[in-house]
Amino acid sequence: MDRLDLLRGPVPPRPHDARAIAALAANPGCARRAVLDAAGIDKDATATHLGFPAPFGQSPFAITRGNVFESLVKESGCAELLRLLRDILDLPIPLAAYNDLGDVGGNPSAHLRHSHTRKLIDRAARDADDAGTLYDHPLLRLDIAGHSSYLEPDVVAFRLGGLFRIVEIKSFAVVDGQAEPDKVAAAARQAAVYVLALRNLLRELGHDPGRVSHDVVLVCPENFANRPTATLVDVRRELAVLKRQLARMTRVGTMVDALPPELTFDLARDADGVPTRPVAELREAVRGVDARYAPDCLSTCDLCFFCRDEASAEGSTDLLGRQVRDALGGVATVAEALGLADGSLTPDEGQEEIARLLRLADRIYAEVS
Amino acid sequence: MSTLAALARLRALQTGTAKRLATVRHCHLSERPMVFIPLRLAGEAAAPLAAMAGTDPARPRLLVVPQPRDRDLRFAFTAELAEILLPYVEGLQKATETVERRGAEPYERCLDAPQLIVPNRGAVAFVHMLGRSTRFRRAEGPYAVHPSVPVLGRWLTFLAQRAQYPGSAVLLAATEALSLHWATGQSMLEDANLASLLGWIDPPAGMTGASAAREAEDPLVWPPAGPATDPGFDTEVLVPAIRAYEQRPTERAAARVGEAVRTQLEPTWGLMWRAIDLLGGLPAGPGTAARWEADRASFTNFTAQLAEGGPPQPKRDGAVGAASRLARMERAQASYDAQRAYDDPLVMAGHRLTGEAFTGTVVATDPDHTEGEGRGRKLRPLLTIRTTDPARLAPGARLGTPERRGQQAEVVEIAGGLVTLKIIKGMGRGKAATPGAVPEVGERVCYAALSDEFQPPASLPAPEDTPWTHGGPPPEHVPADEDPEEEWS
Repeated sequence: MDRLDLLRGPVPPRPHDARAIAALAANPGCARRAVLDAAGIDKDATATHLGFPAPFGQSPFAITRGNVFESLVKESGCAELLRLLRDILDLPIPLAAYNDLGDVGGNPSAHLRHSHTRKLIDRAARDADDAGTLYDHPLLRLDIAGHSSYLEPDVVAFRLGGLFRIVEIKSFAVVDGQAEPDKVAAAARQAAVYVLALRNLLRELGHDPGRVSHDVVLVCPENFANRPTATLVDVRRELAVLKRQLARMTRVGTMVDALPPELTFDLARDADGVPTRPVAELREAVRGVDARYAPDCLSTCDLCFFCRDEASAEGSTDLLGRQVRDALGGVATVAEALGLADGSLTPDEGQEEIARLLRLADRIYAEVS
Repeated sequence: MSTLAALARLRALQTGTAKRLATVRHCHLSERPMVFIPLRLAGEAAAPLAAMAGTDPARPRLLVVPQPRDRDLRFAFTAELAEILLPYVEGLQKATETVERRGAEPYERCLDAPQLIVPNRGAVAFVHMLGRSTRFRRAEGPYAVHPSVPVLGRWLTFLAQRAQYPGSAVLLAATEALSLHWATGQSMLEDANLASLLGWIDPPAGMTGASAAREAEDPLVWPPAGPATDPGFDTEVLVPAIRAYEQRPTERAAARVGEAVRTQLEPTWGLMWRAIDLLGGLPAGPGTAARWEADRASFTNFTAQLAEGGPPQPKRDGAVGAASRLARMERAQASYDAQRAYDDPLVMAGHRLTGEAFTGTVVATDPDHTEGEGRGRKLRPLLTIRTTDPARLAPGARLGTPERRGQQAEVVEIAGGLVTLKIIKGMGRGKAATPGAVPEVGERVCYAALSDEFQPPASLPAPEDTPWTHGGPPPEHVPADEDPEEEWS
């Protein structure tokens, strides 16, 4: 995979956290995103250098709130979490051992922390006793396009009997049993990444990967207070999507082989880390890999403004969103669709039906407005 | 999305200005709406940070919570909001009209109802949340709040629940009301940004809609319309201002937070009134008055419920309540769709495109046509219409027409651009059709398979007879003691 290193330039690959991996599933058809992510390129820095900084940011209030809630749940060896697990799993868990895997004698190396997690999970999987065990900050690993990515450990794994469960702590509220659907969906996608990583780990260690439950425990504040509540979320569908997308990324090699050999996204940072790559050159390089822009990218991808600008320059119907594109039967550009509508363009084979509909729409619209 | 709306978006993108999707206004606009722009502290479910509210564009009221994590300050905010909203609502309860009903007692209905206009769907959800977090509070006992707070909670809940009915106008999201009438050259996702949407519809002089919309995306030029604030603003302005208040809760420190949020709210305040002006510039569709009448009736009912001392709205509907609410919403949706189409040829155009409706010229009539024999003989005038629209209607389909609203016709035959209909309702009871009831040859007519007829309410068991399949009779409402004391941290 030297080719990917060349694409990235002489900087370490950007690690994928669970959020980034989950976002891969959002737009699986985008080759640009697949290649840049496989190469571990810092898309945020790339977008900024191109003059299209990403429109995201997280409020310090939200970050504080998240941290406060998480520490509340994990206080005194996850006492509160244990209470929730007892309720939701309907199990008489007398007590559970608590293992913090985040601290390995002050050595923060991801590799070391991962082998520590590995060792403990292996021992846990062999152990047949009934006492529950909580593993805080397990450092899991997932192979993405031939690169190992360590996952930011903001999750707890819980073992009871022979079964492992992923516990995800989120700070959005569940009010009267309901939460914002898009936040729950995002949490489920992220949890699926951890389930997959833990299953892979068990498989590598020679255990049955089915011992990791596909029902994850989602812990959120209840109503308007800070009091946590737990819900079981089935992530089988998210797991299937994720596996498909990861399998596709391992095939990114063929995509990369088709790229011109001299192509690179290197920002050519100087000694102070300031990018010196000429912007026009970088723009050409990025444009060398096809994107599939959709308005949903605006909330998930750092390069969204760049790709939107490109789609706009090309007059692509992608700009208007999937609903419009569907209504246009997949006609790719605005000029083509309008040409079909006013009859100045002869429809290609297979376009007769949409052309007829567009001409009719054009006629009726002119008639009534 | 219909092909027509998609085409309108393409044209908007090509020309750089929004295109009309409606020839008339489909939402009622009150003579004195209240604009409400709430801001929420990031990361919290319903912690108000600030709000701008009022009925006069020149005199917005600014409400601020200088430390949004302080429970007392939050309730002070809700009490202050109650001071603005409750007089507005109560002022509309006084003037009523007597409605006569056939076979039932006449009743009183308020002549007007409140109309709250918020920037977007997120703000509607926030109104719902703020209602939920305040309506169970009590004025006495532990954690007592100002007596107006639970009343405010019930009104906010009423507005948010009523807003779920298609065609209701008591709580409008400006972005949705505008999107109903204009197509922009951007995606629906981007239309959720009020500044950008207005950029397309009404760009400043010398600018195209497209460039105005792009400029509107910069949070430094146009702060987000809420309820979420710009993370950059939070980091650079709000965090230090709130921290200063925490260290020394003086009036000056509170004013500093107030000035900070004012910069975020004022631009949106202007946009909201521009949106109202734009909507007000469209002539009202005839159906809006009927739908507003339903809103007024709902408002009158809720006023009576409050006066009778009913309990706050439950956290969740029972099985029967939920089923009847769904049935009412479905009926509201069907009649909303039909009314809009009959009110507006541009909306009807969308139905013509899918073949549910057609427009054409009458080429032949048989106004005295009858069916049946003897006493069962019925007048069934026939007419044949030539159309170039792709009508996809089956024989026997019931049609209505915008030209003669009470009338109903049935499809007899469709062949080669000719549609034959028989009129079955709304042509008079005499031997011959009422003059004017049957269209003349040469008249341009439109017929559509959309019905705005009265539909009887769904027949559902009484709540106490809820079958076991649906959980059995719901437990009687007992005000939970812990509800008023519910934490709000």
